[in-house]
Amino acid sequence: MLKVEDLHVYYGGIHALKGVNIAVDKGEIVTIIGANGAGKSTLLNAISGVVRSREGQIIFKDNPLPPLPHTIVREGICQVPEGRMVFANLTVKDNLVLGAYLRKDTGGIERDLENVYRLFPRLKEREKQMAGTLSGGEQQMLAIGRGLMSDPELMLLDEPSLGLAPILVETIYEVIEGIKSTGKTLLLVEQNAYKALSTADRAYVLEQGRIVKSGRARELLEDPTIQESYLGVRK
Amino acid sequence: MDWFYAKGILILSGINLMAVLGLSLLTGFTGLFSFGHAGFMAIGAYAAAFIGVNLGLPLIVSLLAGGLVAGIVSLFIGRFTLKLKGDYFCIATLGFGEAIRLVLDNVQVFGGARGWPGIPIRIDLWNVVLINLAGIVFMISLVNSRHGRNMIAIREEELAAKTIGIDTFRYKMISLFTSAVYAGIAGGLVGYYTGFLQPKMFGMTKSTELTIIVIFGGIGSVSGSVLGALLLTALPELLRAFALWRLVAYGVAVIFIMISRPEGLMGGKEITFRGILRAVGFGHKHSKAREV
Repeated sequence: MLKVEDLHVYYGGIHALKGVNIAVDKGEIVTIIGANGAGKSTLLNAISGVVRSREGQIIFKDNPLPPLPHTIVREGICQVPEGRMVFANLTVKDNLVLGAYLRKDTGGIERDLENVYRLFPRLKEREKQMAGTLSGGEQQMLAIGRGLMSDPELMLLDEPSLGLAPILVETIYEVIEGIKSTGKTLLLVEQNAYKALSTADRAYVLEQGRIVKSGRARELLEDPTIQESYLGVRK
Repeated sequence: MDWFYAKGILILSGINLMAVLGLSLLTGFTGLFSFGHAGFMAIGAYAAAFIGVNLGLPLIVSLLAGGLVAGIVSLFIGRFTLKLKGDYFCIATLGFGEAIRLVLDNVQVFGGARGWPGIPIRIDLWNVVLINLAGIVFMISLVNSRHGRNMIAIREEELAAKTIGIDTFRYKMISLFTSAVYAGIAGGLVGYYTGFLQPKMFGMTKSTELTIIVIFGGIGSVSGSVLGALLLTALPELLRAFALWRLVAYGVAVIFIMISRPEGLMGGKEITFRGILRAVGFGHKHSKAREV
């Protein structure tokens, strides 16, 4: 469904992605793990058009992606950015409705709003509250809910567990599996490698702007070098 | 205080209010700071005066035309500067405002630095009030529309706004255009009220004054901008007793209010009809029912 071919991204003189190739098939969860500064977020930002790539191409459903973020959302790709970034001075409901910004089908929007509330009952309770007054976990729920409101085919999740209490991480990952079961495809970037690998179908390991390893997530979980560098297992 | 004097202050407040309303959309609702809005006022003022005097068109048409010219110029400016982030955009607008003033100072067609006297005086309190009411109604409906919500989303988190599919560049452009049209109309009012135009009237002091009023009234509040414009235009007049020291007193007053209320007079809230009813004692049942 999504194919990234030989992607190069530069920040000024810094070569952040050095020829990345990944593929995501319909209906699966693919995760990208790696250390700080490996280029994980840059890869997601390049797919969603927030940063420009200098070389390489991104193919979505057999067509190259258009260059600007809002035109990419229209193609059915939606990013839930790192650090949640909810609209703090708008209500929870307004945040969600804004997520459906590009859609015209009022019926479908209503239905998806109900779905998001079913997925996160907490958001329904706080519907009229300003998003800035929510807790970190609730804001993450809201950010994911807002992403779902655009009814994307492919969702890009950037560090959904960042700064959350362990029990909330569980909740968020249950929801991620729930989203997968509705037929959506997810590309997940995580530092919490254990959680990501146990949820995903396939995984890529990114180191200093290059993919150094890929395979089935279960197998990578067993891989000794991965265990040592990312899972904190000592030998 | 005689009526003519009071009326003059009210008209000047109305003129400032018009420019502040536009700037409120750009700064308060879209999150872009501008220190060059006096430039748009200048363009509007000279364009409106030129159109009215040379083509003999009625007041409202020449004011709108002045606003439109300022708006069109803003599209050119915005095309190049709206890609800039925060502070850089702010500096670019500052440069723009000063450039407009210097061009008008040195081009002799409209009288250059000596100014342009003899513009027919067509502004009275009633038409300023009408124009401002129209401006307020339009601004409130814009801010509460889905377009307004998109602008607020850009103010809150630009990256997130991008990732949910808002064309942020386009909405910043619409916001800048609308605010420039308001500033242009305000400029037109200046010309037709004082009967005289001079580039010096539209310097950086004017731009700064407008931004101060927006922040003073409260970012993201139309009623705050209205209150701010009325109060801060009248304040230097009320302080005339201090003679030479009145601008110092003005500065102290502004500093005092910003320290005690950093979120501005209204702090993002609006004065609504229902809110007024509740405040005077009606509609109590309503609010109680809601609390339960």
